[in-house]
Amino acid sequence: MKARVFVTLKKSVFDPQGQTIHDALGSMGYAGVADVRQGKFFELSFEGLPEEKARQTADDIARRVLANPVIESYRVEVLG
Amino acid sequence: MKVGVVTFPGSNSDHDAYHVVKHVMGQDARFVWHKDADLSGFDAVILPGGFAYGDYLRTGAIARFSPVMGAVTEFAKSGGPVIGICNGFQILQEAGLLPGAMLRNRAVKFLSEPVHIRVERDDTIATFGLPVGSVLTMPIAHGEGNFYLPDDELDRLEGEGRVVFRYVTKDGRLDDAANVNGSCRAIAGVCNEGRNVVGLMPHPERAAEPELGSADGRRLFEALTRALVRA
Repeated sequence: MKARVFVTLKKSVFDPQGQTIHDALGSMGYAGVADVRQGKFFELSFEGLPEEKARQTADDIARRVLANPVIESYRVEVLG
Repeated sequence: MKVGVVTFPGSNSDHDAYHVVKHVMGQDARFVWHKDADLSGFDAVILPGGFAYGDYLRTGAIARFSPVMGAVTEFAKSGGPVIGICNGFQILQEAGLLPGAMLRNRAVKFLSEPVHIRVERDDTIATFGLPVGSVLTMPIAHGEGNFYLPDDELDRLEGEGRVVFRYVTKDGRLDDAANVNGSCRAIAGVCNEGRNVVGLMPHPERAAEPELGSADGRRLFEALTRALVRA
């Protein structure tokens, strides 16, 4: 069983990397790109855990380690 | 005074900090390995700069789970002086001992250059007895030093007098260009409520002797000595 964790900077937090990419896209000629936000993607593989336990574990790992709650938010998806 | 300098895998300023305490200040300095969980007998602890655990996930994110951090937390909660420099500051933030988090520098570049910081408080273990408004010159060397807290929490931090250093011009003025990494309110260093835990991004241990271009950093180590004598 796998869980995917998406970590992104909170909306209120300025993203210097996303801004740099956005500027580059503009100079490459891509029109209509209003904003770019960079984030992190983690894929956790579990063995021998029922789905609910896998979800809880992934959520716990995301909250304690993968994301910093001061600047980041996260979302967990469990793939059966 | 007996100062413990913590070495994490990836620390690179631990020897500089040790050198300043031992050879410049003439005090007792000991390295503390990150797997040690005993800080008994130390008067102060320094978390040095570097790239602990490579900072692969996020600066300080893995280091904060090192065995030594349990002991550092206990030491700090019992009033023990803890100074976090650069990566050490980031680790203290991740451990919840200091507020805020570091974003990438505003210009996304790693910055390695001398900066000027203004002392905002004279009642912390790193600035005890230093005149408020003093401008100190020392280098920064970081990619993530862009201090962030939401506005309401910044207001609270300022209200509690916990902003210890700000990036300023050479003559001590706030200026957007002097705030090189884009930190909220030009914050270069903060302290905890007890004022015994201080974190700053600039490197006082790399500017503690005139041969290095500035000896201003030494004033922080002298302040620590004064604070310990008082206590």
